[in-house]
Amino acid sequence: MSQAPAIRQIGQPLRRREDFKLLAGKGRYVDDIKLPGMLHMAVLRSPHAHARIGRVDLSAARSAPGVRLALSGQALDGKIGPIRPNWIIPGSKVPSRPVIAIDRVRFVGECVALVVAETLAEAYDAVGLIDVDYEVLPAVTDEEVAVRDGAPQLHDNVPGNITTIYKVRGGDYQKVSREADHVIGLRVVNNRLIPTCMETRAIVAAPELDGTLTVYIGSQVPHMHRRWIAETVGIPEHQLRVVAPDIGGGFGAKMHLYSEDLLCPYLARELGAPVKWWESRSESHQSTSHGRAHTERIEVAFTNEGKILGLKVETLGNVGAYLSNMASGGPTVNTVNFGTGTYKIDNYEAISRVVVTNTVPVDAYRGYGRPEGAYIAERAIDAVARHLKLDQVEVRRKNFVQPAEFPYRPYGSMGVMYDSGNYQGLLDKALAAFDYDRRRSECEALRGSGIYRGIGVAAYTHMCGMAPSRRLAVSGFDRGGWESARVSIDSSGRATIYSGSMSQGQGHITSLSQIAADVLQIPIENIEVVQGDTRQVQAGHGTFNSRSMAVGGSSVHVSSQRIVAKAKKIAASMLEVDEKDVSYSAGAFSVPGTDIPPVTFSKVARMAYVGHKLPDRLEPGLDETVFYDPTGMGSPSGVHLAYVEVDPETGIVDILDYVAVDDVGTLINPRLAAGQIHGGVVQGIAQALYEEVSYDADNGQLLTGSLLDYAVPRAEHVPNIRSLFQETPSPTNPIGVKGIGESGSIAAPPCMVHAVLDAVSPFGITHLDMPLTPPRIWAAVQEARKGAGQ
Amino acid sequence: MSTREERHTVTFEINGARKTVAAEARRLLVHLIREDLGLTGTHVGCDTSQCGACTVEIDGLAVKSCTVLAVSAEGASITTIEGLTPGTDLDPIQAAFHEHHALQCGFCTPGMVMSVRQLLKDQPAPSEHDIRRGLAGNICRCTGYHNIVRAVESLASKGEQS
Repeated sequence: MSQAPAIRQIGQPLRRREDFKLLAGKGRYVDDIKLPGMLHMAVLRSPHAHARIGRVDLSAARSAPGVRLALSGQALDGKIGPIRPNWIIPGSKVPSRPVIAIDRVRFVGECVALVVAETLAEAYDAVGLIDVDYEVLPAVTDEEVAVRDGAPQLHDNVPGNITTIYKVRGGDYQKVSREADHVIGLRVVNNRLIPTCMETRAIVAAPELDGTLTVYIGSQVPHMHRRWIAETVGIPEHQLRVVAPDIGGGFGAKMHLYSEDLLCPYLARELGAPVKWWESRSESHQSTSHGRAHTERIEVAFTNEGKILGLKVETLGNVGAYLSNMASGGPTVNTVNFGTGTYKIDNYEAISRVVVTNTVPVDAYRGYGRPEGAYIAERAIDAVARHLKLDQVEVRRKNFVQPAEFPYRPYGSMGVMYDSGNYQGLLDKALAAFDYDRRRSECEALRGSGIYRGIGVAAYTHMCGMAPSRRLAVSGFDRGGWESARVSIDSSGRATIYSGSMSQGQGHITSLSQIAADVLQIPIENIEVVQGDTRQVQAGHGTFNSRSMAVGGSSVHVSSQRIVAKAKKIAASMLEVDEKDVSYSAGAFSVPGTDIPPVTFSKVARMAYVGHKLPDRLEPGLDETVFYDPTGMGSPSGVHLAYVEVDPETGIVDILDYVAVDDVGTLINPRLAAGQIHGGVVQGIAQALYEEVSYDADNGQLLTGSLLDYAVPRAEHVPNIRSLFQETPSPTNPIGVKGIGESGSIAAPPCMVHAVLDAVSPFGITHLDMPLTPPRIWAAVQEARKGAGQ
Repeated sequence: MSTREERHTVTFEINGARKTVAAEARRLLVHLIREDLGLTGTHVGCDTSQCGACTVEIDGLAVKSCTVLAVSAEGASITTIEGLTPGTDLDPIQAAFHEHHALQCGFCTPGMVMSVRQLLKDQPAPSEHDIRRGLAGNICRCTGYHNIVRAVESLASKGEQS
């Protein structure tokens, strides 16, 4: 047996244990699963944004070759569904959402009918034969238009198209806004995005001989999917096995409950055969949840010196045609609670309205609400700096929450608490790495020669690992905040970890092994990690909200500790000494100060299973399961800097440098952590410069319906990312982790926008909305030149 | 039966093995590779030939296999990702991806590796700019490309850069 690791594994930049199969083309994603007798489902989607459904003629489809079944929404009415959200902010009006539309469609892409056939090609062919009569109704796609008087109404029980009104208040904004030297307002748009996991959604539901049902689904939350499918389709939860194999990216989009997740299990049971559905990319654009889609009106009150006294926010969060899984929580708790960012703003007033429109439902996408919240704080403080012609860095420094103020409750909030941080430290490290002063002078110098460079700064903080469970009840979130881990030691002393977290590329097999190895003091290669099978993994909530290391990792840490505690009892019995005299180090139990020979972990493990020499009343076995419910949430933070050059003649933005300094608490694996920053930052750059979902405002048609029209960046569109860290351990969990997955996509959008605004500031341009595409920048420059009479 | 559903026999070599398969006229090569031959390392990430996840090598050239009708593979010699790793040893490109953490979810990875093969054949000593341009046909959503570029840089032959 290999030696115990001599060095602490947490903090080591280990290479990933999960790479080989993925590199060799031997990964197993849902679409790779092919079962005997498997049938294929295809869905007819609404071509209209808003219409009444008349007659649905399925006769031609039913008689097409290979077709086993064709049905419309009427046939399922009362049998399965409706699809209920999992997070319902108290007071929300929840529209009823059938699994397949029954009498009315409310967005382009909504399920209208389906076909099950022997091959996918036959299913697609038959879908083309379904004839539906529609009576087209007026549609509304924009959140600001949807709340106006006379706007088309989507749901009878949602007057004014507003499902939820949520308010946050601290201090007295009205008072400080009257007393402030300056009050300025701005309106910012947080553009609608498509998460674009490279693997689209896919599901296989397979009835088993014993009457149970196995569902293969690329789910970030396998146990949640088991519960939701059980409750919505009416299958006893214990007879349902959800298996999440390799997942080709999630980013939030694979943690919701979609129609197809329910249809395949239902149809598999009806037809007594495995039923598969695979989503084409173009289908994905109109059926998988979108992200962001906010408009914010901001007012900021401040002094001549640039000290912010108060902030007022009005959010309109467009959630599409129905309340998707978490939709009422995004624009509310997740956004406006975080509107003051890293700044000490005691007087805060925010109202968020959650708005339904005739568009694809909007739900969690990498950062969910926190990018929108950080964008509020950052655009506001940048506007203050610009208004007062102060340095963007100094204004931030002046308003930062101070290190001694943690734990910090912004604006006296009861719901938000930033556990720890050192924003000044982040800023100083970022400025040094970026060589800020030199570049600032360089920008100024080059402007004289017609070269327009700019520097963007953005700071952020947020909260990860929603918990504790009892607090989630207050906000209407119908799940707990705990995570489960079972550490099972075999008789040779090797470990299998059953984790309720669910990797979609983050590398949990490697990082969770590192956490366990430090406590168990056994080599990494003696540890296996199992995720994504509800029949193997006892329980779990899965991966979202950057929670998997803070909550899932802590649960592995605690269950490993319990293993060692029990092993110590057994070792004491084997060594015939008192337990308190035994110490554990380097994989062996010894009695310091004596010449008693130590006993290794593997020998203790063997004894645990043969049970020959256990202390009285101690159960045999070495196997511990933990449901770890955190006492609080960790708050990652960071300062990012970007350096860009804008060509005013073309509007093209060239990104010259990008520095990210993030404090995500203890780093489990710096290599994987940097990878999370790289990917998140590029998704944030994509939001800032390239990506935007477009709808035709007149008829609600989705104009960015494929990857031909939706601008996901390629390698040549993005820069190298210089990722650096500052480690301020979180006091909220035993390993000091805060969370990392969402950091990049929170910080990068305001950082990039500020850089471009800085570059075009000589033209007098003070505002641009994302995405900062060449036509948009070019038009702004032209407009400014016209205004200046050039 | 319409002409698109008519089946044709097509013979080709894939990863060194000769195969004869009957395919509908409308069938794409990527579907034949994945479904008829069970080589599921070649992925389908889009339906407009944008993402590159289905990239394979046909007669020595990297090709998006969703742009090829199966019947037109008659007589071709095809290499898929599985052909690079017949045993347990990664080839140098795959090993560089592992070394530099150039993959996360792994879905784009096989296509990306096949494109890197082509890139290094065309330009044995590519600059960072060449690498980023050379991978324009492949989308990765996880890595931000940063570590993919590092992996390819590590493979660039030294001393030949002019």
